[in-house]
Amino acid sequence: MARMKFLCDADRCIECNACVTACKNENEVPWGINRRRVVTINDGKPGERSISMACMHCTDAPCAAVCPVNCFYTTADAVVLHSKDLCIGCGYCFYACPFGAPQYPKVGNFGSRGKMDKCTYCAGGPEADNTQAEYAKYGTNRLAEGKLPLCAEMCSTKSLLAGDGDIIAQIYKERVTRRGYGSGAWGWQTAYRETIAT
Amino acid sequence: MARCLARARFIIGAWVVLLALAIALPASAQRNPDGSVNPTASAVKEQQLLDALQSGGSISGRVSIPDQKSANLIHPAGRDWRQFHEVTLRWIGAIAVLGMLIILVAFYLIRGQVKLESGYSGRRIVRFNAFERFVHWMTATCFIILALSGLNITFGKPLLMPLLGEGAFAAWAQWAKYAHNYLSFPFAIGVFCVLLMWIGGNIPNKVDVEWLKRGGGIVGHDHPPAYRFNAGQKMIYWIVVIGGTAVAISGYLLMFPFYATGIEGMQLAQTVHAIIAVLFVAAMLGHIYIGTIGMEGAFEAMGEGTVDVNWAKEHHALWLEQEMARTGPNESQRQPMATPAE
Repeated sequence: MARMKFLCDADRCIECNACVTACKNENEVPWGINRRRVVTINDGKPGERSISMACMHCTDAPCAAVCPVNCFYTTADAVVLHSKDLCIGCGYCFYACPFGAPQYPKVGNFGSRGKMDKCTYCAGGPEADNTQAEYAKYGTNRLAEGKLPLCAEMCSTKSLLAGDGDIIAQIYKERVTRRGYGSGAWGWQTAYRETIAT
Repeated sequence: MARCLARARFIIGAWVVLLALAIALPASAQRNPDGSVNPTASAVKEQQLLDALQSGGSISGRVSIPDQKSANLIHPAGRDWRQFHEVTLRWIGAIAVLGMLIILVAFYLIRGQVKLESGYSGRRIVRFNAFERFVHWMTATCFIILALSGLNITFGKPLLMPLLGEGAFAAWAQWAKYAHNYLSFPFAIGVFCVLLMWIGGNIPNKVDVEWLKRGGGIVGHDHPPAYRFNAGQKMIYWIVVIGGTAVAISGYLLMFPFYATGIEGMQLAQTVHAIIAVLFVAAMLGHIYIGTIGMEGAFEAMGEGTVDVNWAKEHHALWLEQEMARTGPNESQRQPMATPAE
């Protein structure tokens, strides 16, 4: 099986935020939640870079480790998913996540946390694939349809890559070799404890 | 001639400027060896930012979506918090709670119950009025539920989940979380009332030093004198007041995310909340022990609100004197038992 990863080529990202919009639309993400966002580092200074970031589907995911009810599971494609039926909205996965991926709709009392929502790699949840119940809770299950996450699929500069980690790393390496520069695979060191040598 | 010199100076000056520019230009354009521009020469690099990160800090930038807290790009400190929550906290909690239980069981087996040595006199004296008992039991009930639901978050997964199964455990944990959030309010109010109600009797004084020197009469049959609250009770009082305030503040920081702190603040608040809470539970186990099976005649004080005069004489001699002086002996004997001993 593939080991699915995201890779954002920061030298190509033009901060158009289309990935953010596509994700919200495709998955009917609840109001106030962005599963993906584009962060611009050193904004307005020489050498600024924009990086599109969402759940990185970490190896040995910290969210899953700290969850008090074990609502996380890792699929055969190494995608980290969770069950909103088991989630109690305690917020612990958010404390542990290095990428700020878990978010909570403010549905509880005192505006406190509801069931956690995060990027599913467009792979739904524990419900049967492509059912209405799955769509309502987690959004589209594109992976079950043989498609990759929409954010990466529609990226206009092909900055955001999704797919098997070895393949997207190879694509990135070739780009770096051809153009002669690359600012690295952002987040990989933290998420996968490995990075792409360029 | 002068004009000629000026022109020569101008020409030389122009050449110097041009030369300086020619030297400076390649450096500022930062080209690759083949002459193409290298746009990453001044670009931010993740590794540099990670290396420069202070512990607990995060790599952050600017986002154009309204959710400004999503501007944090990478925040590696979650790893330390994970280690604390999954390993360190379990050790601290297990040692504190189980350690206290073992000490109490051993103490009960070795020392046994602290008996009322002079026996019941049958004469009662009011120790805690109805309001004091109401506040005590409101706080105590909330505390027990908060303690169990809190321990469930840390120890439920390894201990309870294998027994209940995932679904049932998640349902229970969900209700436990609701209870934990809601009951925090009466608990916090209770702690505040405790602070105001009993602070008068809980200021440490010289009698406490003597009481502590004599070991509080816990081992042996000594009965060092005490006012309304002895040094041990004062310790419990301050643990409740200070510990209760600390868990309340740190808990509300977690309950209302992002109102007062960012993610580092919440990680710290959870760490403080959890450590103080397990120590609090351990201290309260000791309190529950001495208030129930640990000492004969003690529970009545908070149960019915009155204690036997002989109990007061043995454990709170100075308080009894004060009460006698204040109300007169007849007043304190106002409530005879159904079958008088005389």
